[in-house]
Amino acid sequence: MRYGETPSQTVGPYFAYGLTAGQYGYDFTDIANGVIAGPAAKGEHIRITGQVFDGNNVPVNDAMIEIWQADANGHYAKDPVDVTSDGFRGLGRYGTGTDPQNRFVFDTVKPGVVADGGAPFVNVIVFMRGMLVHAFSRIYFSDDHALHGVDAVLQSVPADRRKTLIAERTETPTGIEYRFDIHMQGDRETVFFDV
Amino acid sequence: MPTFKPRDWGSHAPYIAPDYKSTVLRGPTRPLLPITSGLTEGTGPVFARAAIRNLDWDLTQNGRVNGDPIGERMVVHGRVMDCDGRPQPHILVEIWQANAAGRYVHKVDQHNAPLDPNFRGSGRCMTDENGHYRFYTIKPGAYPWGNHFNAWRPNHIHLSLFGPGFATRLVTQMYFPGDPLLELDPIFLGTPDAAARDRLISRFSIDKTEEGFALGYEFDIVLRGRFATPMED
Repeated sequence: MRYGETPSQTVGPYFAYGLTAGQYGYDFTDIANGVIAGPAAKGEHIRITGQVFDGNNVPVNDAMIEIWQADANGHYAKDPVDVTSDGFRGLGRYGTGTDPQNRFVFDTVKPGVVADGGAPFVNVIVFMRGMLVHAFSRIYFSDDHALHGVDAVLQSVPADRRKTLIAERTETPTGIEYRFDIHMQGDRETVFFDV
Repeated sequence: MPTFKPRDWGSHAPYIAPDYKSTVLRGPTRPLLPITSGLTEGTGPVFARAAIRNLDWDLTQNGRVNGDPIGERMVVHGRVMDCDGRPQPHILVEIWQANAAGRYVHKVDQHNAPLDPNFRGSGRCMTDENGHYRFYTIKPGAYPWGNHFNAWRPNHIHLSLFGPGFATRLVTQMYFPGDPLLELDPIFLGTPDAAARDRLISRFSIDKTEEGFALGYEFDIVLRGRFATPMED
């Protein structure tokens, strides 16, 4: 017997005290937060930040972003996600309602290449009020230009839209940052995948 | 070989559903690009039962300050399975909801209804070996929202699940049988297929109702299916 899927519904505007309680200051534990890799994790420590823009190019202040990524050796975590670990956790979750510029901010390590090859990337899910179904995307890294040409998924994206998936690397006094803005609509609409 | 069967888009809403006004500027407008579901899409976070604290699954207790929360106590039972009916064990289920008066704890919620000092309205649990989950809570109230004149959200509970892989991620809402607001709600109606919408409505169950304590509701959740691996046949 085949059962129909339960339809997706919007995360709505009031997810914070359930899903991102620590970040927003509610009295509830977290299963994930903006730290994907703690200080003890092996690899190049980086910060990924960005804003989510709506069709009027206004930053969204009630989106929730999740990231799932491989560690610096290209391995996805098999152990349970431990939000108290100072090592590699693999999962990140951040709402855009606490930063003054409505940014998401993830502290992590740059992932290695996973076993099926290509370029390093992290998986992204975008949720927000006004989305009845979440959207999947990927973040690639600007300094991996040489590997982008052999990444089957990136090469499947029309050339004029590939740049929407590439985060720009900058070196700041506090460390390496990648900037990845998400545009829901418009000329720079981010590529979303039917994962 | 992909791990998961394709998402059944016929069961889901489009990104732009104009009656739900905020979709118009927030939903992607270009078609999703196909992706080969490889190693990455078959992976996903797993969670330890130890990450769940004793009262996380009991919303009638986990926000208590000086008494019990106001409202109609209920117990929600459900089974998480995939579209082939296979139970999904050890799945994290996160929930959040308004209180009995239709007010969220969230600071942005300015609805003129009282907060309940003894009710936070969020929790989590994990499915057991057979995919069953259960939580106690208070029946959430309806509340007005700004989508259109006299717009009211039907009573609902938000649920978030990862499933066995990143690709099976699901965020949804559970509604209640017989709610007259359902046929007026653009979020519920955003799912065009009526049979699919019905899967968002819980069932009242006298068998799950606990004598003298809480009304029982059942809400089963169906995630995407998995292709059989050669080992499983």
